[in-house]
Amino acid sequence: MTERRPRIGVLVFPGSNDDGDAAWALTALGAEPQLVWHAEPELPPVDAVVLPGGFSYGDYLRAGAIARFAPALSAVTEFALEGGPVLGICNGFQILCEAGLLPGVLRPNASLSFVCRDVSLVVEPAETLFTARCEPGQTLVIPVKHGDGCYQAPAGLPAAQVVLRYAPGENPNGSDDDIAGVINAEGNVLGLMPHPEHAVDTLLGSGDGSLILAALVDAARERSYARA
Amino acid sequence: MRATVLVRPKGGILDPQGEAVERALRQLGFPVGDARVGRVIDLEVDAANVAEARAEVEKMCDSLLANPLIESYEIELEGRE
Repeated sequence: MTERRPRIGVLVFPGSNDDGDAAWALTALGAEPQLVWHAEPELPPVDAVVLPGGFSYGDYLRAGAIARFAPALSAVTEFALEGGPVLGICNGFQILCEAGLLPGVLRPNASLSFVCRDVSLVVEPAETLFTARCEPGQTLVIPVKHGDGCYQAPAGLPAAQVVLRYAPGENPNGSDDDIAGVINAEGNVLGLMPHPEHAVDTLLGSGDGSLILAALVDAARERSYARA
Repeated sequence: MRATVLVRPKGGILDPQGEAVERALRQLGFPVGDARVGRVIDLEVDAANVAEARAEVEKMCDSLLANPLIESYEIELEGRE
């Protein structure tokens, strides 16, 4: 029996530009991605959601500030509050912070320069569904490409909610405590600045991003069986 | 009614734009310090009076125009309260 291909929604905002790569990567990792236009008031039947990278609404006002009022985002919020797995990558991370689904906020890089390069990340010890295929302390090489990636943590952010940090000396944006990825207290919503969807094929450099995306596919598959 | 919203980075928040502006001004020979860069939003608000307009604009600031984690805001309205 072949494994079920779980359906994963990939949101598309005006200005998203990594939706195609995210869909490609999810397909390569055994899922069936479904693009969801921002104006849709409801999600199709999906078992996980990805908010991809890009520049939704031109990053006007603040990155992610306008996207959070998109009808589809209300549906994503509902999905997240019911425990559905949600992954926000780069602009998706910014949107989740602005929407209050994740703590903190992303600000312009301390250097004021756009950064685009591979970075080394360290997987923190917290066990999460998104890092279920990683070892604690494992180093992942995944590219970043952003202008607004300086994560500002709220006071008292529990260490257990920090899932990924830039390796020592690798912080590309001035982020607080080298934070590269954070998860909500419930453990089903993760946001990260690096782009795992650009690192799923060693032909293009690193395949480390597939560890995170495949874990999301695992969680979606489990959910799809539970739902059936 | 005309409303003007001033949004500023909160004190203590790193403001790389302000730092860059300050460096550039110093290079031009202006002995300035502590430059901060915010933004201005001008609006036309449909409200019966100034108090109502202020309440409306405060709601706009809290929900969209400013992020309370990192920004403070001030509202100026034409006319008196």
